Amino acid sequence: MCLGVPGRILSVGEDGLRTARVAFGPVVKEASLAFVPEARPGDHVLVHAGLALEVIDEAAAAKVFEALRDLEAANGEGP
Amino acid sequence: MRFLDEYRDAEAAGPLVAAIRRTVTRPWALMEVCGGQTHSIVRHGLDALLPPEVTLVHGPGCPVCVTPVAILDQALALAGRPEVTFCSFGDMLRVPGSAKDLLQVKSEGGDVRIVASPLDALALAERLPEREVVFFAVGFETTAPANALAVHEAARRGLRNFSILVSHVLVPPALEAILASPRRRVDAVLAAGHVCAVMGTAEYAPLAARHRVPIVVTGFEPLDLLQGILLALRQLESGRHEVENAYGRVVRDAGNRLAQARVEDVFEVVPRAWRGLGEIPASGLGLRPAYAAFDAARRFGVEAVGGPESAECRSGEVLQGLLKPPDCPAFGTRCTPDHPLGATMVSGEGACAAYHRYRRIPEPAAP
Repeated sequence: MCLGVPGRILSVGEDGLRTARVAFGPVVKEASLAFVPEARPGDHVLVHAGLALEVIDEAAAAKVFEALRDLEAANGEGP
Repeated sequence: MRFLDEYRDAEAAGPLVAAIRRTVTRPWALMEVCGGQTHSIVRHGLDALLPPEVTLVHGPGCPVCVTPVAILDQALALAGRPEVTFCSFGDMLRVPGSAKDLLQVKSEGGDVRIVASPLDALALAERLPEREVVFFAVGFETTAPANALAVHEAARRGLRNFSILVSHVLVPPALEAILASPRRRVDAVLAAGHVCAVMGTAEYAPLAARHRVPIVVTGFEPLDLLQGILLALRQLESGRHEVENAYGRVVRDAGNRLAQARVEDVFEVVPRAWRGLGEIPASGLGLRPAYAAFDAARRFGVEAVGGPESAECRSGEVLQGLLKPPDCPAFGTRCTPDHPLGATMVSGEGACAAYHRYRRIPEPAAP
C-alpha cells in the first residue's frame, strides 16, 4: 500500500491540484504535485496514490553509490 | 526506470553483504516495519544472503492486514447499497469480512470499482452526480495526504456525493506497542521509508531512546534494504541506538510539511482497533468535526456494523514479529491466497502472502 514509484515530470497543469503528466519508464500517468510546489518538468518525483510525496534528491541518490564504492575498496583490503 | 533499477543490481549487493558479514559478531533480530519491504526481502531472497546471526522479523506495516473485520463489514454494507459506487485500492477487494469480501459484493451486482488514487474517486464523483461515491480510505501516513487532499478538494468544490470510509493507522503507536511488549524480540527497526517521506524522522527519536533500539529509515529496493540492515547492525554492534536515514534521496528529516499541514487540517488522531493487535490508543486518524459531512460511515449510518475476527487466524502474532508465516498451522493448508483466513494471506504486502508466493521449499538438511 505504501508503494511509491519514481517518475519523471513531463509537464505540469494549471489546475488547483497541479496535475502533472509523469513518466514511469514507458508508462505516462497523471499525478498531483500539490505538495511539491518546487517540482519542475524534468525533475523526478516519488508518486504514491496519484500524489507526488517528494522530489527525489539526485545528490543523496548518488551518495549511496559512493558509499558502495567505499565499501568495495574496504572489502578489497580484507579483514 | 531511473532511481529504481540501479537499486536492484545484484552485483552491487556483494560489497554490502560482505560488509554485513564482517560487522556481525552475535545474534540480532531486525524488524522491517513495512509490508512492501517484507515482500522485497522475500522476493529477492535477501534474508538468505545474510549471516545466520541476523534474523529479519516482519512488522505490522500492511494497512490491508491491520484493517479490522468490523471496518470491512462496514465497507461491505456500503458497497451493497444501490445508490453507492464504492471505490477502493485493488488489494482490499479480496480481504475477508465476517461473511464475504468486496469482490463477492461486486459479483452480486454491487458497483465496486478499483481506483489507483482517491483523486480518481473524486473525479468519478464529479462525473456521476447522481451516484454516491465512497472511497475506502485505508492506509498509513503515506496515504493520508492523498486522502486529505481529496476530502479538502471535495469540500472546496462543494461535492456533496463524495465521502470516505476511514480506517487510517499510524506507525509510531504500533511500534511503541511492539517495542514495549514483554514478548518483544526486536533489537533494531528498519523504519518505513515512505511513511517518513511524509512525516519526517522526529517521531522516532523518542522511541529509539526509550527502548534503546536503533531505528534506520530504509527504502524498498534490495540495495536500500541491505544498506539499512548494515547501518542498523553497525549501531547494534557498537551499542548505539539512534535514528539514521538510509533513504536520503526521498526522506528529509522534517518530512513534507505541506502534506503534514493538509493531513492535520482534515484529520485528527483517534484510537483505532488493529486487526490481530486489538485497540491501540491514539493510533489512527479520523475526520475532524469540520469534515464530518464526508464521513461515509456516519452518512449511511453503518458505524455500528461489524463482526468478530477469525478465531483461527494468527495474523496478530505474524504482525508483531512473533510468528513466521510458515510456522502457522493453517499456512498453505486451510489458509491460502484463494481461501484466506486473514488479510495477511491476501494483501500484496501481507507477510503470509509473500511467503506463499516466493518462498522456496527448504532444502533437506545434508546427511
